[in-house]
Amino acid sequence: MMMVLYIAVMAGITYLIRMIPFTLFKRKIKSRFLQSVLYYIPYAVLSAMTFPAIFYSTDNPVTAAVGTIVAIVLAYFKLPLTVVAVSACVASLIAGFLV
Amino acid sequence: MKSPFTKGLSHGIPIALGYFSVSFGFGIMAVQSGLTALQAVIISITNLTSAGQAAGVGIIAAGGTLIEMALTQFVINLRYSLMGLSLSQKLSDKFTTAHRMIASFGITDEIFAVASSQKEKLVPSYMYGLILISALGWTGGTAAGAIAGLGLPQTLTAAMGILLYGMFIAIIVPAARASRKDLVVICFAAVFSVICKYAFPALSSGFAIIISAVLAAVIGALLFPIELAKEDDAE
Repeated sequence: MMMVLYIAVMAGITYLIRMIPFTLFKRKIKSRFLQSVLYYIPYAVLSAMTFPAIFYSTDNPVTAAVGTIVAIVLAYFKLPLTVVAVSACVASLIAGFLV
Repeated sequence: MKSPFTKGLSHGIPIALGYFSVSFGFGIMAVQSGLTALQAVIISITNLTSAGQAAGVGIIAAGGTLIEMALTQFVINLRYSLMGLSLSQKLSDKFTTAHRMIASFGITDEIFAVASSQKEKLVPSYMYGLILISALGWTGGTAAGAIAGLGLPQTLTAAMGILLYGMFIAIIVPAARASRKDLVVICFAAVFSVICKYAFPALSSGFAIIISAVLAAVIGALLFPIELAKEDDAE
């Protein structure tokens, strides 16, 4: 029974956090400042989530760094998302056998 | 011409692959914490989020209170509010209240990232394709991890941890290459996030991301305000 409550609270809170702003906010934002902030938010969020966490994403910072470098180089040449992600994974796997 | 739904499905493939590997780890963790495979899968279907679920299972395993559960989920997942607000500015007129209430369920870091990098306005069917395949990857990975996870070689599961971050890199690096302004904001966010991690280790990762991202975006908005979009173009 307690498990059902735990899961219900987890799911309920998580859903409301997502649903309320997305559903209720229907006006176009007029302020140039706020529009600018919202324009930059996606890249800022992704960057903050990636660094430094990516260096802890495998079990060894060296293999993670190898994967990171491979990902950055391939992304710089605009390869597709899947190619970049899988190459980073394969690179850190190979690095794992070498170190 | 692909339908928006098919386009969403195909854009979601890398997300689903990344999710499968991450939730595989979640499945293993949940079972090790004393949950059944079915409970782990139900949590993944109803939550669709990594950090919040991992923290939630920790609270369940420790016999924490429901208040603690609610507060933890609130803090860790608050970033989704910010993402929802940002996405709400990109929606086409097809997004009625009902569609918004359904699609909001699928706002995750990765789905937000892919959706917000689209040039055109977002339609519900595109979002549903993106969310459906991602949710399948997430739940499938949880089930596989909970049932079979302990058998895989450790080297492989470890390397799979980088998949999602690799995808983030594939989104931010081309943006940084195309625009000096985006590059500056991306660098500020990374530096703030590193400072949070090492100078304020007590800060939860959810708060660290919110603080770093908002500061960097505000700096970007002050230094390089964007050109105001023409009213309702391309509709």
